[in-house]
Amino acid sequence: MRRYVIKRLLLIIPMLIGISFIMFVVMHFAPGDPASIRYGLNPEVSGSARANFSRMYDLDRPVLTQYALWMRRFLSLDFGRSLTDDRPVTSKILARLPATILLQGVSLLVIFCVAIPIGIVSAVRRNSLFDRVMTILVFIGYAMPTFWLALLLILLFGFKLQWFPISGMSPWYTAYLDGFARFKDLIWHLVLPVAATAFGALAALSRYSRSSMIEAMGENYVLTARAKGLPEKRVIMAHVLRNALLPIVTIMGLTLPGLVSGSFIFETIFAWPGMGRLGYEAIMNYDYPVVMGVGVIATFLTLLGIFLSDVLYAFVDPRIRFEKRE
Amino acid sequence: MNKRIIFGVTIVSMMALAAIFAPLVATCDPLAMDLSPGARLQAPSPEHLFGTDNLGRDVFSRMVYGARISLSVGFIAVFISLAIGIFLGGLSGYYGGWVDGVIMRLVEVMYCFPTFFLIMMVIAFLGPNIVNVMVVIGLTSWAGLCRLVRAEFLTLRERDFVHSAGVQGVPDMRIIFRHVLPNAMAPVYVSATLSVGAAILVESALSFLGLGVQIPAPSWGNILTAGKNYIDYAWWLTLFPGLAILITVLSFNLIGEGLREILDPKLRERR
Repeated sequence: MRRYVIKRLLLIIPMLIGISFIMFVVMHFAPGDPASIRYGLNPEVSGSARANFSRMYDLDRPVLTQYALWMRRFLSLDFGRSLTDDRPVTSKILARLPATILLQGVSLLVIFCVAIPIGIVSAVRRNSLFDRVMTILVFIGYAMPTFWLALLLILLFGFKLQWFPISGMSPWYTAYLDGFARFKDLIWHLVLPVAATAFGALAALSRYSRSSMIEAMGENYVLTARAKGLPEKRVIMAHVLRNALLPIVTIMGLTLPGLVSGSFIFETIFAWPGMGRLGYEAIMNYDYPVVMGVGVIATFLTLLGIFLSDVLYAFVDPRIRFEKRE
Repeated sequence: MNKRIIFGVTIVSMMALAAIFAPLVATCDPLAMDLSPGARLQAPSPEHLFGTDNLGRDVFSRMVYGARISLSVGFIAVFISLAIGIFLGGLSGYYGGWVDGVIMRLVEVMYCFPTFFLIMMVIAFLGPNIVNVMVVIGLTSWAGLCRLVRAEFLTLRERDFVHSAGVQGVPDMRIIFRHVLPNAMAPVYVSATLSVGAAILVESALSFLGLGVQIPAPSWGNILTAGKNYIDYAWWLTLFPGLAILITVLSFNLIGEGLREILDPKLRERR
């Protein structure tokens, strides 16, 4: 097991290098450069000032040299300085990371606390009214443009009912609140962004739990448990659920890439001060170092999710880890 | 005949007809602005079925033209990803060995990309326009198809008809694409149909973020951008375009599920 984990962990490094290289090259070969984006329409900025700007950020060097410089700094976790405000990218990202982790963490929790029970009930009462309603909802969930769902939530709960705030995380007045009131305010601000973020994975995961439960219910040990006269509740909770949960937990990691993708949209819609919105703004401003920084972290989170899911799977199913040693 | 397929095909063909005959279906010019007092942000009425937007343009007509964008992005992006996925998947599954090794590593890299971020980045830097959107979605969505085709090829390549074609000296490319591929298409049809829906979702999200079709040209996504800005005055700007996306994607998914039921013998027996 340890060998497998180490092997998979080491595989993250070449992936990270390869993907960062592709991102770097795509970005730099694209038409349009940061100097002309910043000063393009400003007649007061002379050509030499633009050249200075380019030189300051090494933008005048060949792309491969720039990548080598970037890589060298990256190895000491230095992502360079932002082209828009000259602040270190690392501190810009670190300032935004907690908000993103909070939003994603709570969403992940909600996804699991809601999707798994739905899956269990749907599987146990297969073809009941509940199951059929859920099947339809899941089908709609798959086709739902989730950013539109976010807009509908804003429209309904933000404007019509005025139950929840529609943007931001901690507005100015939270500075005057004490600990608990501040916490309550934070939860209040989290409701709509979490609902929008969690929705997509909710549909997929509840469907997955349902089929995992149904598969476990067909096993012989369930027949044995029933045959020896165990109450149905115990059969489901102790025998079926325990076996069905393992594959469900392994898929947990795979929801991470989806959450990362969603963060770019939802943080923009809800003005959430997280990394996703930073990335979106950086892209719109041609802020190369910030784009690379956010890109590398998004890649890392994606790789981490896949890694966790693979390792958990190998942990649960020994056949995977002995695959190579036939 | 499968009810899901009938429903899905009906909706998709209605959308497609509306898109093709947009000039006849649309009640107004989708680009004609009307800034006179009272013309902007009108609620739905018989004259403007889905109301008007912040520049007094008819939302229904803009949505009819927007259908052109969504459907063509969906189809062309999937066509590109099919071409790449089938070609690489076929080579990978048929030859095995180092060819398979290289292609599968490539597929793994594709899986590990933070796809949406990459798409956003490439489109922002290459310039947001519909052609870039189609190409980039196509280029980033072939990995799943590739694995699917490869898996089919792995089981098919040991079959007698493939060996006999090989013995008769049929060139490899001909065996791959003429002999094996037609037998491997069933799961590809299902997956491709579902991918059309997924591509439409990505396009609408990109347009919504200002990275897709550029205003004044209409698309469902960029009408929603205006919808967001006027969300407290004009619910119709938010409701109708989103509903159109939902129904279109739902229809493609229904067709895909229906096809899966028909084509997958395992599912058929269970019913």
